[in-house]
Amino acid sequence: MDEGYRSALDLADDVRNGRQTAAAVLEHHLAAIELREPEIHAFNTVLVDEARAAAAAVDAAVAEGRDPGPLAGVPVALKDNMCTRGIPTTCSSKILDGWRPPYDATVVERLRAAGAVVVGKTNLDEFAMGSSTENSAFGPTRNPLDVTRVPGGSSGGSAAAVAAGFAAVGLGSDTGGSIRQPAALCGVVGVKTTYGVVSRYGLVAFASSLDQIGPFTHTVADAAAVIEAIGGHDPADSTSIPQPAPVLTATLGDGVEGLRVGRITDLPKGADPDVEERVEAAFAALVAAGATVVDVQVPAFTYGLTAYYLIAPAEASSNLARYDGVRYGLRVEAPDTNTMYMRTREAGFGDEVKRRIMLGTYALSAGYYDAYYGKALKVRRLIADDFARAYQQADVLISPASPSVAFPLGDKTDNPLAMYLCDTYTIPSNLSGDPAMSVPFGRGADGLPVGVQVLAPTLGEATMFRVAQTLEDTARG
Amino acid sequence: MADWEMVVGLEVHVELATATKLFSASPNRFGDEPNTNIDPVTLGLPGALPVLNRQAVELAMRIGLALNCTVQPCTFHRKNYFYPDMPKAYQISQYDVPLNVDGWLDLPDGTRVGIERAHMEEDTGKSTHLGGAGGRIHGSDSSLIDFNRAGVPLVEIVGRPDIRTAEQARQYVGELRAILVAVGASDAKMEEGSMRVDANVSMRRPGDELGTRCEIKNVNSVRSLGRAIDYEAHRQIDLLEAGERVVQQTRHWDETDGRTHTLRSKEDADDYRYFLEPDLVPLAPEDEWIERVRAELPALPAARRTRLAEATGALVTGEAIAVVVERGQDDYVLAVGAAGGDVGRALVHVKEAFADQGTMPMVPPEDLAGLTSLETGGKLTPTQAKQVLAELVANGGGDAAAIAAAKGFAAMDIGALESLVDHVIADNAGAWAKFAGGEDKAMGALVGAAMKASKGQADGAAVTALLRARRP
Repeated sequence: MDEGYRSALDLADDVRNGRQTAAAVLEHHLAAIELREPEIHAFNTVLVDEARAAAAAVDAAVAEGRDPGPLAGVPVALKDNMCTRGIPTTCSSKILDGWRPPYDATVVERLRAAGAVVVGKTNLDEFAMGSSTENSAFGPTRNPLDVTRVPGGSSGGSAAAVAAGFAAVGLGSDTGGSIRQPAALCGVVGVKTTYGVVSRYGLVAFASSLDQIGPFTHTVADAAAVIEAIGGHDPADSTSIPQPAPVLTATLGDGVEGLRVGRITDLPKGADPDVEERVEAAFAALVAAGATVVDVQVPAFTYGLTAYYLIAPAEASSNLARYDGVRYGLRVEAPDTNTMYMRTREAGFGDEVKRRIMLGTYALSAGYYDAYYGKALKVRRLIADDFARAYQQADVLISPASPSVAFPLGDKTDNPLAMYLCDTYTIPSNLSGDPAMSVPFGRGADGLPVGVQVLAPTLGEATMFRVAQTLEDTARG
Repeated sequence: MADWEMVVGLEVHVELATATKLFSASPNRFGDEPNTNIDPVTLGLPGALPVLNRQAVELAMRIGLALNCTVQPCTFHRKNYFYPDMPKAYQISQYDVPLNVDGWLDLPDGTRVGIERAHMEEDTGKSTHLGGAGGRIHGSDSSLIDFNRAGVPLVEIVGRPDIRTAEQARQYVGELRAILVAVGASDAKMEEGSMRVDANVSMRRPGDELGTRCEIKNVNSVRSLGRAIDYEAHRQIDLLEAGERVVQQTRHWDETDGRTHTLRSKEDADDYRYFLEPDLVPLAPEDEWIERVRAELPALPAARRTRLAEATGALVTGEAIAVVVERGQDDYVLAVGAAGGDVGRALVHVKEAFADQGTMPMVPPEDLAGLTSLETGGKLTPTQAKQVLAELVANGGGDAAAIAAAKGFAAMDIGALESLVDHVIADNAGAWAKFAGGEDKAMGALVGAAMKASKGQADGAAVTALLRARRP
């Protein structure tokens, strides 16, 4: 398959117009999986039979003259924390052993309705807690660009699947950067939309007030098309914004002439020089394309990490309490219920998940709530206010997506705090609920890709995508 | 007891009579096959999300407005604790900002009991513990869980500690139940668990600060409530008079031994780690919605009792008024009056004979009016009237006069009665002499003779009146 098919939209266009069958597209991707999956381990489950049936249905629609949908025949890899009816959904945890959801997540229904073909469920840090996809009960995923390195996380499986050509589109979930950071490390586009643009129904919750599903793609236009397909109000998710999906593809090519691009002067330090160099290049590229750069301050940005590691674990401690061995998943038998709970959860959860459950339980406990969880909520409010103020001066903000390029496996597994710092630049957008995306913008150390982050105000996706498109155009020269 | 004042506050949970559950589309129905009214939300499956049921909000607002509460914008919280029949390991409830606050309920005796709040929350599933001791989870061999009840909408009505006697507590529950049924919010059956009452009881010397309270659970009827409160009051008085302290506890009422037993003390209480439910958005009922619900509220039991008492002349606190209003048959009684009948007689008949008839009795009001007219016209004895009434009920109506005639209850007019009394006096000279001499006891024999002679068709009261009139 030629390079053109690295774009999901080109691929769908060929399928829709009968120049290519969905079956052939799928076989091409399955062949790539067969060749490199043993080395990469992007998937927890590859759905060969189901994918072939779905591709055949798309081809039948085309043959019968029915509209096969905007993503006709596009192979999609789903992070394994999105529910798929009758298909194991593991969250890369032993605790969900044997569980098969009786329903599909809203995004899965919408992808299928758009003609996409689900090829498999991808590996993640257990319950999306991590930044390297090493915290998986099923072993780590490796970065297709350098298999000695991590793909980032927690949606590392989906990022790697797209980077390796296993699927044209991956879906991930982003609670503190879990789409944008692996996108940066794998050299693909990764988007977190405004909280509430994409339905969470059927996404296994980590931290409900922060979780947001979004795409990994090779191109900015592909990401826009995927959001148009999966976004928009869902009555099954009470936090879903009651309006249609944002219109993004129509204005992608409008350029950045006259846009004000913000440089956060009080951004926390810590990004590697090669990453800083690419961010500077991004500012230069946008100026060259007609934008102006303005200095802004987001003083509370620096407290994002701390607030996040109270709020996210607090919600997680509650969201993960249901895994008690009573109704589904793993159960370790014991003489009484309390012992059964303890043995099941001891055996079923990995260290990082246990660490966060304990952190969160403590933060919410009587006598500590005000000092920890309550204060973190105030910081969250400050961050949102600071962003809102910055967006009075700038239309978008630019920052690194990750402080470094992909790092070696095992590099940070013994140091949770070092791992947490991977999300320094991504976390504040989750706390404010605003959109942000990572766009590949050249290479850094060891020839590995660097992602530049474009941040935008609430529901500012259309502008964000124009900026991203301009960066992509520059990077591709 | 005389030196002590009892202070009681009641917390009442009621299941709302919605079609579906609080956060999902599964039916809210009692008595179905276990685990049939379930779905991903009810079971707390990973990825499932709650969506608030608008009908449940409306019924909860009806309760709040009927209890004179302020309905306000509110939020939902998670109450976290592990229990096998609670599928998410947290209950979605309302915490610091509930839907209804600051109302009151007036007891029939005139006491006003404050309502602190009436908030919404979801019910848990139901566990059945097999083997072991006493149906409790500890020591049981295995447990079965039915999730049909999980997610059923509840309103918890938290009363202020304004109750001073067990009788007031019973009245409060009775009145609250009548209101809940009247506004259509719940069937409020304590025996079926659709209404559950917990009592907070403490004792103090009159004028003192509040004493330490104990919360009593597992009270399954209004009668048990009174017994449990009285038992607990005496238990606390015994402790206090022995110079000991009451320890703040949750106590379990045991119906079989008539005592309360320690369930857990305050130190063992769970830390529920409440926090704002991130899967729901704040609920802010618009003013138009609140005002529409308020306007649609039916007349409440207290107002209806007053209206019926005024119409019938019966005592407003009497049993007949209470029973008929609770059954919702007061409109029917008034309709009998409107049809030309006697509302006083109608009240008595409806109370006695219409227990199974619901709010729309089968007997047309005109037909019951016909019966009461025969009675007030002296055409039927009370015994005869009862028999005609039974016939009316059995046939779902009919012409009372025709039924009376068919039964041979020929109306005896005053002339016939006069001649009957003449005959009785003549035939029972001895008894008449004693009666005429002032011996009232002798009247029984004379009336008995009159009834016998008339084959029971004479009105005993009329005969008595005539006999008295003849007495020299």
